[in-house]
Amino acid sequence: MQELITRAKELLENGTVARVLGWKIGDLPYNPEPAFFETAESLDKFVYNGFCGANLSKYMIEASKLEGKTLVCLKPCDTYSFNQLLTEHRVDRDKAYIIGVGCKGKLDVEKIKKTGIKGIVSISGAEADSACDTLEIDTLYGKKSCAYGDAMLERCHVCKGKEHKIYDELIGESRDTADKERFAEVEMIEAMSPEEKFAFFQKELSKCIRCNACRNVCPACSCRKCVFDSNKFDSAQKANVDSFEEKMFHIIRAFHVAGRCTDCGECSRVCPQGIPLHLFNRKFIKDIDELYGDYTAGAEAGSLAPLTDFKMDDAEPSIVNERG
Amino acid sequence: MLKIAKKDLASLFALIKESGELYLPVKVAEQTNFAAYEDGAEFDLDTLKSVKSPKDVFFPQSETLYTCKNEGKTIKITPEELVDQPFVVFGMKACDVGGIEVLDRVFLSDPVDSFYAARRAHGTIVALACHEPEESCFCKVFGIDAAEPVADVATWMIGDELYWKALTEKGEALTEKVSSLLTDADEQVVENEKTAIRAIIEKLPYSDLSLEGWNGDAVAEKFDSKLWNELYKPCLACGTCTFVCPTCQCYDIKDYNTGSSVQRYRCWDSCMYSDFTMMAHGNNRTSQMQRFRQRFMHKLVYFPANNDGTYSCVGCGRCVDKCPASLNIVKVIKAFGEKGE
Amino acid sequence: MCTEHKNENHECTCHTGYTLDTLIPKVGIITDIREETPDVKTFRVNAPEGGKLFEHLPGQCAMICVPGVSEGMFSITSSPTNKEYQEFSIKRCGMLTDHLHTLQVGDPITVRGPYGNNFPVDTVLKGKDLVFVAGGIGLAPLRSVINYVIDNRADYGKVDIVYGSRSADDLVQLKEIRELWMKTEGVNVHLTIDREQEGWTGNVGFVPTYLKELGESGQIEFGVNTISLVCGPPIMIKFVLAALKDMGVSKDKIYTTLELRMKCGVGKCGRCNIGSKYVCKDGPVFRCDEVDELPNEY
Repeated sequence: MQELITRAKELLENGTVARVLGWKIGDLPYNPEPAFFETAESLDKFVYNGFCGANLSKYMIEASKLEGKTLVCLKPCDTYSFNQLLTEHRVDRDKAYIIGVGCKGKLDVEKIKKTGIKGIVSISGAEADSACDTLEIDTLYGKKSCAYGDAMLERCHVCKGKEHKIYDELIGESRDTADKERFAEVEMIEAMSPEEKFAFFQKELSKCIRCNACRNVCPACSCRKCVFDSNKFDSAQKANVDSFEEKMFHIIRAFHVAGRCTDCGECSRVCPQGIPLHLFNRKFIKDIDELYGDYTAGAEAGSLAPLTDFKMDDAEPSIVNERG
Repeated sequence: MLKIAKKDLASLFALIKESGELYLPVKVAEQTNFAAYEDGAEFDLDTLKSVKSPKDVFFPQSETLYTCKNEGKTIKITPEELVDQPFVVFGMKACDVGGIEVLDRVFLSDPVDSFYAARRAHGTIVALACHEPEESCFCKVFGIDAAEPVADVATWMIGDELYWKALTEKGEALTEKVSSLLTDADEQVVENEKTAIRAIIEKLPYSDLSLEGWNGDAVAEKFDSKLWNELYKPCLACGTCTFVCPTCQCYDIKDYNTGSSVQRYRCWDSCMYSDFTMMAHGNNRTSQMQRFRQRFMHKLVYFPANNDGTYSCVGCGRCVDKCPASLNIVKVIKAFGEKGE
Repeated sequence: MCTEHKNENHECTCHTGYTLDTLIPKVGIITDIREETPDVKTFRVNAPEGGKLFEHLPGQCAMICVPGVSEGMFSITSSPTNKEYQEFSIKRCGMLTDHLHTLQVGDPITVRGPYGNNFPVDTVLKGKDLVFVAGGIGLAPLRSVINYVIDNRADYGKVDIVYGSRSADDLVQLKEIRELWMKTEGVNVHLTIDREQEGWTGNVGFVPTYLKELGESGQIEFGVNTISLVCGPPIMIKFVLAALKDMGVSKDKIYTTLELRMKCGVGKCGRCNIGSKYVCKDGPVFRCDEVDELPNEY
């Protein structure tokens, strides 16, 4: 982390960048927040650790409108989102100085708490340069520990890889965290009967409070005005008027980001009700891969996505009948 | 002081349910929220905080106010029936009860909101002391005692037993109804529990948070501070903080066209949303900074100005736990404190 | 609902017209529509059984709703002294107002109110000389006061009305202005339009400029006993206040109205909150020195 701060200070001081977009140390051991730093002194509060899960690429939409370059710290998976935003002309490459930061898997305090750990006072082992596999946690109710892997976000268990897809320079080591089959959950649901599927999603989505955190954090949801914010539409943003609407919101959103979702997992990370929202998007990704050949949104800036491209051997709509 | 064995709680809930609806923390798909108790539901009294505050028992996220139907050259308006049956909310924490007191100041002030008032009149609150407070809690800062909640009935979960003490007439009436399941208990056990809880509260990281400078007279100095320009930046403009908050009470009134009639319903709204103040001819809060500032100014300055110094925050810490960008009211208060603004 | 003054029919005995809950409207029938200008219509509203829906005070507002379309807050432009009906002058500028302009005489709407405070006609304004300054549709709330003053003429001093609009075609209530206001003793009406127009013999120029000319030439006197009431587009209000300041008028002698998004009308839904005030309940009428104390967010 120190190397990152030193380099950021250098680039600020020599005028290469006008600001640094990174994370600011929180007031609890696990709540650093995305932040812009404009001076070398302010970087004293810069932090990069296991709890810096936030994908900063979406903040670059606004930062692209500012004077001068913004140094942005992107983890390997975040670079897919940045590329996708580049493809969609939502961010300006010339306004970004990308430092690809190493990642050894990001942590979810909710997962730590689910193991029964409460009253957290301090956590060690979450530092970016720490190599340990266990988090040592001091709590008001005694010393606890938690395996690093057990505290990781779902997305890190199916990590797309250590490679940064776009960067100006790299700082820090990454490690392989993938220990689960990416489409295993999707396959599990595919294997369910229609009734079981409905019951599963009914149960999960009944928790939705329509806070719109999933939409607002999503780098693929970058429309200037969202259809759900239109007052001409019965399904406006705030509440589900009936039990169907909560499903409709998420299903429509999944369709809107299909083929553009990089599976960054931010939707599931931010959901206050722990709804596994990534499942919708991942199902689309799996289907697109099966129907049109493997494609990873954001792997390459400017790539033509299967759903926006036409090839003679593309799947015909009648495929729906065959798939049932 | 009375008590009941933890293993008999299901019987207690069944008995309460005989005379009306019972709301309590229920776990659905790994998450605990207050919900109407149904047979077989998994009640969860161990999770300290429900994701959403229980305010929706009294102020639902969405409720129909009336139904309109065009009838020739007139409109037939049918107001929604008010709640007229008694119900019980079990397991609210001291902060949640404090949240209801804040909502009371809004909805029970003239003109009284009859939908809310009817629920308040018919609801009996059984509060549960916080056995093990967590690091995001700061109710102490607002003068709330998590060890001794003030409601119709106060309860404590100690070991394998739930201790029960009625505090109001409504509480006495409920106690009477379930008296067959309650036995006499030793007050001292509860006193020891309170001491233990308070000792933990003293050690919580936010317990010494200072609200100095935040009051109804601080409008100009706080509003004009440059700090807002920094603080709001990570904000995603979602409504998580407002929707999990026990005191946020802003609402929208909207139409739902059923095809044969129009249901006019009210639903929670958020000052964080871009269209909150949008009018046909413009918007007086066009930036997220302004909307972010409004939320905290309202809780810490405007509300106290109108309510004898009472803040519209009870320190439940749900925003601390749930904000996707790790922003929260504590960080705002601290930032002003550090800069001496 | 005012719980303290409720009778057995769930009607409040002090707030005439309050029913079960202030959020539940009454049905109003449109009994007359006047086309004032190309984009302003004045709607007359009665209870289905005839008569007024409720009693109000000058400056108060009501929520008008077309079920399934939208609901919005409008100032009641008729005077409380009118015992037969209420009127609303509505400019077409959005989803709801577009729809309202398609309605015909006999169509039903829903109305709830009255909401908000009022111009202090029975206290501060009594016995005073009054200067009304209005721009465009901003005449709507002031018209309620002007007609109240005319109907209780003996209670007030000299009345000056400065009213301007973009063009002669955009002046609302012109018939009433000419046939009633201009003919009332002690009432002087000063009309102005923004640009020269064929057939217009009156003043040409913006309201603030005209007001200043009138003040400086002594046609309007701003004495210790003069109260000004200003209503119009925000930009006009801004320059009118500057003009009044230049002429030495102190802010505690000026009243204006604020307009923010409103939904509930009773100070609870939160959107018209500004500082410790709720415009729907504590406003829309504010004395200008009170406005100065509010955060600059209106």
